[in-house]
Amino acid sequence: MPPASATTASTTTAPVETAKPDTTVAVDLDRPWKVIVWNDPINLMSYVAFVFRKLFGFSKEKANKLMLDVHLKGKAVVSSGPREKAELDVFRLHEHGLWATMEQDDMGT
Amino acid sequence: MVNLSPGERSMLRQLPAELKALLAEPDDPGLRRLFPPAYSDDDEASAEYRRLMQSDLLEHHAAALDTLERTSYATELSPDEAQAWLSALNQLRLVLGTRLDVSEDDDPTTMESPEQQIYYYLGYLQEHVVDALGEA
Repeated sequence: MPPASATTASTTTAPVETAKPDTTVAVDLDRPWKVIVWNDPINLMSYVAFVFRKLFGFSKEKANKLMLDVHLKGKAVVSSGPREKAELDVFRLHEHGLWATMEQDDMGT
Repeated sequence: MVNLSPGERSMLRQLPAELKALLAEPDDPGLRRLFPPAYSDDDEASAEYRRLMQSDLLEHHAAALDTLERTSYATELSPDEAQAWLSALNQLRLVLGTRLDVSEDDDPTTMESPEQQIYYYLGYLQEHVVDALGEA
């Protein structure tokens, strides 16, 4: 009860302070999702790079770099954005047999 | 241009039918690589995604397998057909590779079982289709 009234009081007397928590909540909800492709021993390296070019329109160089990240580092972020876009990208990657998952970006990264 | 022996074509006609039969049970663990989880760390959201999207994914996979089966004796492929070959070959490799539990350290020259040989043959063929489409 006291915290609630304190909040109410601050909205009327000190709007600057309420703006802070509000902004934090909004940023949290909008936190982008990232789409990750994971390394696996089956998909061919040339095929993975080909799929990146086809689905995301990457240059050969960028697609190869991301493919090598997947291969050597175990994973790579290939796209990011709102949840709906990430889910569509994951689906398109699954259509092509790639091992893709999505997760919400960590704060501050 | 598709330059393959009758034996290779016969296999490319037969394998899609075998995989399509397996797709009747999409939850079979042997097919897990065809239907991966969508969320890194949220089993509930992954289950929901699977519930909503699995039939679309299944349809896409089956259509590519149909095309490979139908065009296994073709001497030329349209870009769409070549793309379907790529998808179908990849599905076959994902399922076979899962069954064989392949690892990146496997040496193709020591692979002797028929399934291992088919697995590596499909990879060789897929590589060629990637090359052909990549240059287009």
